[in-house]
Amino acid sequence: MLRANQRHFKFDWITIILFLLLVGFGFLNILSASHIGEITSYFDTDQLYGKHMMFIGLTFVLIVLILSVEAKFYEQFASVIYLVAMLTLVGLFIFGKEVNGARSWYGIGSMTIQPSEFAKFATALAVARYMSDLQTNMQTIKDQISVVAIIFTPALLILLQNDAGSTIVYLSFFFVFYREGLQQVYLTIAISLIILAVVGLKFGVLITAIIAAIIIFTSYFLRKRKRGSLIKHIAILVACVVFSYGVKLFYEHALQPHQQNRISLWLRLEKDPTKLERMKKVEAYNLIQSEHAISSGGLTGKGFLQGTRTTGKFVPEQHTDYIFSTVGEEWGFMGTSFVVLLFVMLIVRILYLAEAQKSQFSRVYGYGVASILLVHFTINIGMVMGLIPTVGIPLPFFSYGGSGLWGFTILLFIFVKLDSNKINEW
Amino acid sequence: MRKLLLISTVILVGLVFIARLFYLQVYDNSAYNIFEDIAIKKEYNYPKRGYVYDRNGELLVANQPSYDVMVIPREVAPLDSLEIDEFCKLLKITREDYDNKLQRATTYSPRLPSPFVPQLSKKDYAVLQEKMRKFEGFYIQKRSLRSYQTTIGANVLGDIGEVNRSIIEKQPYYKLGDLIGNQGVEKTYENVLRGVKGIKFIQKDRFNKNIAPYKDGIYDTLPKPGKDITITIDAELQAYGELLMKHKRGGIVAIDPSTGEILAMVTGPSYNPNDLVGRNRSKNYTKLHYDTIAKPLYDRGLLAQYAPGSPFKVINALIGLQEGVIDVNDTYTCRMGYYYGSRKLTGCHHHSNPTNMNWGISQSCNGYFVHVYRKIIDKYDDAGVGMNVWANHAKSFGLGNFLNNDLSVGRKGRIPDGDYYDRAYGDNRWGSTYIVSNAIGQGEVETTPIQLANMTAAIANRGFYYTPHIIKNIEGDTIPKKYTTPKYTTIDKENFEPVVQGMFDVYNYGTAQSLKVPGIDICGKTGTAENYIKIDSVKTQLTDHSIFVAFAPKDNPKIALAIFVENGYWGSRFAGKMATLMIEKYINGNITRTDLESWILTHSLENEYKKPYSGEPFQINRGSQLQVIDNYAVELPETSDLKL
Repeated sequence: MLRANQRHFKFDWITIILFLLLVGFGFLNILSASHIGEITSYFDTDQLYGKHMMFIGLTFVLIVLILSVEAKFYEQFASVIYLVAMLTLVGLFIFGKEVNGARSWYGIGSMTIQPSEFAKFATALAVARYMSDLQTNMQTIKDQISVVAIIFTPALLILLQNDAGSTIVYLSFFFVFYREGLQQVYLTIAISLIILAVVGLKFGVLITAIIAAIIIFTSYFLRKRKRGSLIKHIAILVACVVFSYGVKLFYEHALQPHQQNRISLWLRLEKDPTKLERMKKVEAYNLIQSEHAISSGGLTGKGFLQGTRTTGKFVPEQHTDYIFSTVGEEWGFMGTSFVVLLFVMLIVRILYLAEAQKSQFSRVYGYGVASILLVHFTINIGMVMGLIPTVGIPLPFFSYGGSGLWGFTILLFIFVKLDSNKINEW
Repeated sequence: MRKLLLISTVILVGLVFIARLFYLQVYDNSAYNIFEDIAIKKEYNYPKRGYVYDRNGELLVANQPSYDVMVIPREVAPLDSLEIDEFCKLLKITREDYDNKLQRATTYSPRLPSPFVPQLSKKDYAVLQEKMRKFEGFYIQKRSLRSYQTTIGANVLGDIGEVNRSIIEKQPYYKLGDLIGNQGVEKTYENVLRGVKGIKFIQKDRFNKNIAPYKDGIYDTLPKPGKDITITIDAELQAYGELLMKHKRGGIVAIDPSTGEILAMVTGPSYNPNDLVGRNRSKNYTKLHYDTIAKPLYDRGLLAQYAPGSPFKVINALIGLQEGVIDVNDTYTCRMGYYYGSRKLTGCHHHSNPTNMNWGISQSCNGYFVHVYRKIIDKYDDAGVGMNVWANHAKSFGLGNFLNNDLSVGRKGRIPDGDYYDRAYGDNRWGSTYIVSNAIGQGEVETTPIQLANMTAAIANRGFYYTPHIIKNIEGDTIPKKYTTPKYTTIDKENFEPVVQGMFDVYNYGTAQSLKVPGIDICGKTGTAENYIKIDSVKTQLTDHSIFVAFAPKDNPKIALAIFVENGYWGSRFAGKMATLMIEKYINGNITRTDLESWILTHSLENEYKKPYSGEPFQINRGSQLQVIDNYAVELPETSDLKL
C-alpha cells in the first residue's frame, strides 16, 4: 500500500495539472468552434467535439500505459522507437493519404493518423539517447553531424510530404544542442542568418549588404585586439551577401506561391494594391478573420458559446490551428492571457525539472520536450495574431485532432515518467 | 548561462504575446457593438408610416408599395444575350445600363444584395413578377413609399427621403437606406409618423447564410406602427389659396384665432408633392432645388422676412393707446407727409384731414403714425428707454422672435430695440426722428407672413393668441400644452376696440372699400412695402410688395390671415383681393365676389419677376404693366375640381 502511494505522489503534479487545464479548456473551445446546431451530448461522436472527447478519453489510457512502463525502457528502446517512427514516415510515400495537399496521413477505416505527430517524441528520445552516450562530444564535428542527421531525417521526410510547418518544429532541437555544449558561434550564426534573411527580403540585398558591411567593419576597427584578419571579415561579408541573395532567389523561385504570399503579407512586401486586395481575400483571409475574432472579444469576451464569429464559422480551421481565436473571442483578454500563462508555466516547469535530472538522458529529453512545445506555442499563437507568417501547426493539447493530442501527450508523459524515476537513479 | 537561453526565450515570448493581446483586445478595442458585428445580420421590419388627415378628416397622405429590383451578383446565373435583352426591356433599361449596374453591384459586394433598379411602378412590377423566376440572382424587394392623395400642400406636408450619413451619425436609429421626413409635417412629426421599426438579429456564417436567430431572438423587437395625425390645415382652403397664388410669388398664412390652428399655409410657386415620390424623385428634387430664382422649395409663408409695411401701423396705434400718449380722438393734420421742422421725414398719399386714429388706420396715413410713434418714443427722456418699451409691446405679439412651434422652418423677424440703434448709431447719438420708418412698418422692422397672421389673430382676439401650430390630433396622444395655453399681449383689452373698428372701416370707407363681401364683417389692413435688390451690385428698387392682413367676422372671429404677394404693388391690388376671397371661401364655402376671383386668376406677375433678370432697364410700380393671362378658362374647371 505504502509503495503504491509513493508511486502516485512522485509524479510531478504541477505538470499534470497544467496539462489537464490545457486539455480541458481546449475541449471547451473546440466545442464552441465545431458544434453545429444544438449541443445534445458532449459525447456525440457525430460531431467533432464528441470525437475529441473520445480522443481525450483514450489519452488517459495512453497516460496510464506510459506511466506504468519502466523508465529504463524509454532509454534502452529509444533507437528502436525512432526507427519505427522513421519507417512509418517512409511508409507514407506508399500508403499515405493526401489531405489538403499534404501526404501526411494513414487512413484506417474512417480514422486518419498523422505519424509526423509521433515522430516528434521519437526524435526527442533518439537525440537524448545519442547525446547522453558517454562517447558523444558535442564539440566535435562528427557528433554534430550525427545529431543533425537524427533530426534532419524526419524533417526531410515530412518536408517531402509537403508539410512545411511540421518541418520547422525540428529546428527546435538546436536549443537542446546549445544547452548540451554546442559552440556559441552556431547560435551567433543562426541568429545572424535569420536577421539576414528577414532584412534581405524586406529591404533588398543591396541595403542588407551595406548594413552588414557597416556592422562588420565597425566591429573590426573598434576592437583593440584584432581577431582574425581583414580578409576574413571581408569573406564574412561576402558570405552574408551571398546568403541574403540566396534567400531572395529561394523566396522567388523555390517557394510555392501560397508560401511566398504568406511571407509577402507578413513583411508587407506587396505594393500593388489590386494584388494586395486579392491576397487579403485569399491568403490573409484566415488571419484577418482570426484577428477580428480575437479583438472583438475585448477584455472579458462574449462568453462561452456566445462568440458570434465562432458560431458563424467565420474563421476557417478554427477548431484546429486557429483554436486560439475562439479563446480570444469568447473568453477575451482574460482567457487568452490565461492560456499564454499556462503554456509559459508548463514550459518553465519542464525546464526546471529537466535541470534537476540526474541522468543526462532525462535532461536532454526534457529539453527536447520544452523546445518542441515552445516552438509550437510561439508559432501557433504568433500566427493567429499576425505576429509571424502563417505556418500551419497545431497548438499543443488545445487543437482538435487525435494524432496531435496523443503525440504531445506521449511526449510530455514520457518526461513525467522519467522525472518520477530520478530517485531510483541515486 | 546556457541554461538561461531557453527559459528566457519562453518568458520573452509570453510577454510579447500578452502585450500583443492587450493591444488587440483591450487597448485597441471599443466596447462590443452588435450593430458593427458582421457575424450578426440585422433584419429590419419597417412599420406602416402614419397617415396624415386634414382638419375635416380628409386623407392627405397615405402609403403605397414600391418595388425595388435587387441583385446578388454571385448568384446571377449566366444569361444569353436574348434573355438579357428581354430582362432589360422589362426593366426599361438599356443593355449598357445592365452591364454598368451589374458591374457596380459586383464592385460593392458580390455576396451582398444591391439595388439594381429601384422603385418600379406597380404596372412594371406586375409584368416583371411573372418572369422573375427566369433571372436567378435577382429578386424584388417591397418598400413602402408615400402616396399623396392630393396635389396641394407640398410645403405643408413635406416629403420623405433617404437618410444621409450626417443624420446616421447623429441619430443611430437610422441605417443606410432608411427614409426620414425631409420637410413639412413629415419632418416635424417624423417620430410620431414613422413608428419604431422592428429588428431581428440573425447569426450568419461566413458565406452570409443565416444560421439561427441570435441568442434565440431575445433581443428581437416587433415593429411599432406609426401613428396617424390630423393636421389643422383645411385642404379646401389650402387648395383655393394655392390656386389664387398661381403665377404669383408670395405666401398666405391663415389661422383660426380661437385656437391658433393654421388653416392654410400657402407658398407660391409650389409643386406637386407627388413629384418627389418614386423613380423621378431625385431628378425632380434637383430641378426644384436648383431653381434659385423662383425657389419653389422656399416656404415664403414661413421664411419670407420683409418689412411688414402698413399693417404694422395698427401695432403702433395699440402701443400709443396703451402708453397713454394719444387719445382716440386726438387729431393730426397730414400735409402729404410728416414734417420735422421744414424737413419731410416721410411722404404720404392724398387723403382728407384732420386725421384721428380711425381715419389714420382706414386711410393708412403715414404722417399720423409717425406722429404717434414719435410720441411713444419721446414719452421717455431717453429714446433708448422709449424704444425698449415700444419693442417689448411689439414683441408681445409674437414678433421679433421664433414662434417656437411645430413647423419645420421659421425665421425670427426683427423688432429693433434701444440697443440695436445704440449699436447702429452709437450710444445716445440718435433720437425718434432717426427711426420714424418703423412707424409705418418700413425701416428696421421685419416680419414673416406667419408672424403677421399671428399678430392679426392677437388683434382679432383683442389681446391674446395661441401659438400657431399645425397639429390638430395625434392618434392616441394629446397635443402639447403650449398650443392650448393663451399668450397675452401687453395691451389692455379695451384699447383694441378702436383699432379693430379702424380695421373694420378699412373695408367700409378705407383702402379696401372695394373688397367688401356682403354678409361678412371683415377687418383688414392694407400694406405696400418698398423693396430693393442688387442687380450687378447696384441697389435697384422693384415694384412694391402687396401686403394684406385681415380677420373675420369682426366679432367672434374665425379666421385671421396675412397675405404677401411679391411685387404686387399696392396692398388691395393683389393681397387684399386674395384675402377677401380666402375669408369668403372659409366662412361661406362659396364665392360671391366672382369678379375678384376672376381678376386674380387672370392676372399674372410673371413678367414682373422676369424684369430683374432680363438685363434690360425696366420700370416699376406705376410704370409697370399688368400681365393678363388667358388661361382663365383652363383654370376655372380646376376650381370646381377642388372638392378633392
